[in-house]
Amino acid sequence: MENLGLFILITLIKIVGIITVALGGVTVMNWVERKVSGHIQQRHGPLYVGPLGLLQPLADGLKLFFKEDILPTNADKMLFFLSPLMAFVPALLTFAVIPVGPHLVISDINIGLVYILSVSSLGVFGIVMAGWSSNNKYALLGGLRSSAQMISYEISLGLSVIGVLMYSGSLSMKTIVLAQKDLWFVVPQFLGFFLFLVSAFAETNRLPFDLPEAESELVAGYFVEYSSLRWAMFMMAEYVAMISASCVMTTLFFGGWLPLPIVGPFIEGFLPPAFVTYAMPAIWFLAKVAVFMFFFVWVRWTFPRLRYDQLMTLGWKVLLPLAIFNVFVSGILRMTHIT
Amino acid sequence: MGLHEIMFYYFAVVAVVTALLAISRPNPVHSVLFLVPCFFHVAGLFVLLGAEFLAAIQILVPAGALMVLYLFVVFLFNLSEVRSRTITHRQASLAGIVAVVLVFMLVVLSVRGLFPGPFAELVQVLPPDNTMAVGGSLYTTFLFPFELASLILLVVMFGAIVLAKREERE
Repeated sequence: MENLGLFILITLIKIVGIITVALGGVTVMNWVERKVSGHIQQRHGPLYVGPLGLLQPLADGLKLFFKEDILPTNADKMLFFLSPLMAFVPALLTFAVIPVGPHLVISDINIGLVYILSVSSLGVFGIVMAGWSSNNKYALLGGLRSSAQMISYEISLGLSVIGVLMYSGSLSMKTIVLAQKDLWFVVPQFLGFFLFLVSAFAETNRLPFDLPEAESELVAGYFVEYSSLRWAMFMMAEYVAMISASCVMTTLFFGGWLPLPIVGPFIEGFLPPAFVTYAMPAIWFLAKVAVFMFFFVWVRWTFPRLRYDQLMTLGWKVLLPLAIFNVFVSGILRMTHIT
Repeated sequence: MGLHEIMFYYFAVVAVVTALLAISRPNPVHSVLFLVPCFFHVAGLFVLLGAEFLAAIQILVPAGALMVLYLFVVFLFNLSEVRSRTITHRQASLAGIVAVVLVFMLVVLSVRGLFPGPFAELVQVLPPDNTMAVGGSLYTTFLFPFELASLILLVVMFGAIVLAKREERE
């Protein structure tokens, strides 16, 4: 039992560490989003609270903390209070299997990839429950849209990683990273990566797929009735989902903690060996994730929101056949040992 | 009582209680939502048996995908109308037959579980990487039922498309 106690203690420390980094990432991401959005629209973004407006997310958090927590009349009280949690927790659960470094992973389970697909598919309950329990027609429409959207894009999401699975031969995230030592999977699996990227945007409800919120038609969609910290929780859930989607893409297609192909070893040559062994994997990983995070914001101000029928057409008539085609081609390539 | 037993009773009790709540709630939305923790705890039981792949699939397919579809359908109903109507049991006799068969199977399995029989060995046989084991047996021993199931699903899909298309024409 002594070993069990030690194991639980170490795991708890890892969990607290990774959750702290993820929540810190949410704060930084909030600032980055507003700053990048500002510069894309030729304004400055947050500027006054702290240097470069860096403390703006904290100030906003404090403001939201003191706002009134409103419960709408005729709302389903229990579900109304539960749904922000239901949106937030599944997004955090993903981090349990994402390897930040060779030894920096909470749990390297042998079904890591299926686990990620499973828990990320649960996030939709928060949105659907919020939409229904608010007893508001805009919220309900947002929730309905969300459920249809998630179902449609989850299939492409699941099929797009089959190629990666064929190349790595394992569902464990750690093995998948190690299998990319010579060549990142984004090269042989470019189509798979592209499909995963588009589906991930749809799954995280980010523009151009943010139809569940769609300010211009549904006010704010599923969380229109929420205020105060519960509202903040939905926003945090969206950011955590973005961070976890970026982490998964980094792990599956961009070699996780492995250094950049040519530039990487060159840079590592200048650094002390102990630093390269212990700190560099996490730094490479976080750098790759940061690129994806920037990409999320960049796309937001580049593409207009899709119409609902366009969304469904894209999901079922374009992405799904492409995903099946990708599975087919990857299978042939693996069988004939071309790549 | 070891950790394993404590976890088993936790998962089992919660799964049964949430299942009972799911069939006894007057509000269909609550019923559907109670099934989600139920599936979760059944997945926990699979993990205890060393079948991680089944556990993940148990969450991915029934909890993650099917329940969302159910919610979608329930939302489209006019709930106040459904609640005011008394639920008719046109298929009561059929349901009774199915229930009797299921209870019989449960009793047989429970009695067999009391004596160490083939099930104890089954748990031992599972290799550590059970994803590979599931895939292997699906494509070798159980290839025919597996392909048959996919064929049935294909027919169902065609049926759904045909039904939806006909409604459009009217």
